[in-house]
Amino acid sequence: MAAPEVVAPPLVAADDSRGRFGDSFFRTLTLAAGILIFGILALVSLYLIIESLAAITASPDKLSSGQPFWAYVAPIALGTLMCATIAIVLSTPVSIAVALFISHYAPARVSKPVGYVIDILAAIPSVVFGAWGMTTFGPGLVPFYTWLSQVCAPIPGLNQVFGTASTTGRTLLTASIVLAIMILPIITSQCREIFIQTPRLHEEAALALGSTKWDMIKATVFPFARNGIVSAVMLGLGRALGETMAVTLVLAPGILTANLIGVGNMTIPAEIALNYPEAFGMRQSELIAAGLILFVITLGVNMIARWIVSRYAEFSGAN
Amino acid sequence: MATNVIENGARANVLSSNTLPRWASAACIAGSAAASGLIFALAGWNTPLFAILAALLYLAAWTILNAAVRGGRHGSNAFWATLVWVAFFLALVPLVSIIWTVVSNGVRGLTTFGFLGSDMTGITGVQDQAAAAGQAGVLGGIQHALVGSLLITLVATLISVPIGLLTSIWLVEYSRGSWLARLITFLVDVMTGIPSIVAGLFAAGVLMTYFNLIGGGYSGGKQVMGFTAAIALSVLMIPVVVRSTEEMLRVVPNELREASYALGVRKWRTILRVVIPTAISGIASGVTLAIARVAGETAPILLTAGMATSTNWNVFKGWMMTLPVYIYQQLMRPTAPSAPDPSTQRAWGAALVLILIVMGLNLIARAIAAAFAPKTSGR
Repeated sequence: MAAPEVVAPPLVAADDSRGRFGDSFFRTLTLAAGILIFGILALVSLYLIIESLAAITASPDKLSSGQPFWAYVAPIALGTLMCATIAIVLSTPVSIAVALFISHYAPARVSKPVGYVIDILAAIPSVVFGAWGMTTFGPGLVPFYTWLSQVCAPIPGLNQVFGTASTTGRTLLTASIVLAIMILPIITSQCREIFIQTPRLHEEAALALGSTKWDMIKATVFPFARNGIVSAVMLGLGRALGETMAVTLVLAPGILTANLIGVGNMTIPAEIALNYPEAFGMRQSELIAAGLILFVITLGVNMIARWIVSRYAEFSGAN
Repeated sequence: MATNVIENGARANVLSSNTLPRWASAACIAGSAAASGLIFALAGWNTPLFAILAALLYLAAWTILNAAVRGGRHGSNAFWATLVWVAFFLALVPLVSIIWTVVSNGVRGLTTFGFLGSDMTGITGVQDQAAAAGQAGVLGGIQHALVGSLLITLVATLISVPIGLLTSIWLVEYSRGSWLARLITFLVDVMTGIPSIVAGLFAAGVLMTYFNLIGGGYSGGKQVMGFTAAIALSVLMIPVVVRSTEEMLRVVPNELREASYALGVRKWRTILRVVIPTAISGIASGVTLAIARVAGETAPILLTAGMATSTNWNVFKGWMMTLPVYIYQQLMRPTAPSAPDPSTQRAWGAALVLILIVMGLNLIARAIAAAFAPKTSGR
């Protein structure tokens, strides 16, 4: 037995491996959650595709409408696009103006509360928008529709778009206006974020050269925010395309028609919401296939929007 | 302008020669309102048209006045400034109208005795027709919808928050900008854009396929339950949680992490004990906002949990009602189709409750964010 050597205490404690397992475990756990998201999305697309194949390839006599699938889905897809496009056209100018109001026009003290007020609009559930459009807003528009229909009657072209007025006001135009109100806070908040980031020096330089406020906005804010505005509008469009409840409640469904203020037209989400609870078998596949079409359309719109955003992030002088 | 001043002599002030007095704008508004009011007082009163005409008159008058006194550039400046202000008030109109509609219609339903404490069991067209004819009070309530909304949202939160939180931790702390991180960020963005009805279709369909498989080709409708709805809502909720949490984790200063590493603390403990506590207020407010968003969702629940008339506490079995679906059902398919008034009254009562819940959640989120805000910005 040799005399015990004097050993320097180890620099690292012996139980140092404590928590090493925790590190790899935690890392794997978080990665697994990320991959789960990938899995969910893959499952959604795969499921939609498999389930719709039955309806897309079925012979017309097996489908509920007695027509080929594309003949069934085309009118409601067109209705969806019409509704969302009108909503975007109505909403974009107002949203940009409201965003400008918050970022540049409102007195500094009220601009924050004003932002909150617009956020309240974003918080209202879509079913409440639908109920409001159905019972208050739609009927309130009837006199306007009647007047519009009378004014436009002798004008060729316009008398197709604004033909015989509905007596309930539950028309595609009403649904579009309700959608426009719903997407207003989305576009506004996105635009506001970008307008605020306009380089201060650009603005001050413009003002120092004698610009009026509007000249300054034209020369500095809009060029800086152009891509951001486009992507905000695309995001709003994506939301409008997928919006279900407001349209389901507001629109009295009917066949595809160019008459925006009369009875008729349908959108894909409303069609699914109205019919899916009672559907089974082939009818269910049909509706799922319609859902797939909607998914593809919104996916395309959103991806274009994101692509614009990423391009903007890389090339902007803001960061 | 400068020459004008010289020609007109000493009376014109160089500094105020081409400006308008401060009261000009107010006078212009008053003038336009008066003119518009006069026209409609003579031709029959109509408030919306009065407001539109007054705004148009003001737009024209203010633009012309500015253009004449201050020059064309100021004319167009005044024109666009007016349009921006008008757009803001235009955006307020629907907000005020919606809130007024819900409150004025909803108070009667909400204050009906037993509205919050009873469900729709045994409420048929007979009771509603009696109520519409004034022979009885409006019966029925939203207890089942409240319970359903609460349970489904709770389960959806329990599913989404861990997944969303862990994913954002991976993205911020571990991924180092790898291709997988870019892919997942992209997929989260894609998921944000999934239409809510498609999420409902997916959940309803996948669970039906599952019960078909274990039931030998016959699902027996077992997939219609609260849990299916919670899955659909999770699909909508996860991306919101990921995005807001990611943002919050990214603003945690790196110095805090480095200080923790320097003390020999392992990475996972650093994340759990340092990073997350620092960002917890932002995460909590983000989660609350996500809950507020899905609490108002209707379409996915309509497809997944069906519509019930009685209170169901079991999320894994049986149909379930939620507040948004209740509103939808009462409006679209009144209990007594020939006497829809009691149903409409209940629908608005439920809408008022739903708005109060959602607004309350939003206020809570803001309060959380505001109360703990200095933690993240104290750099």
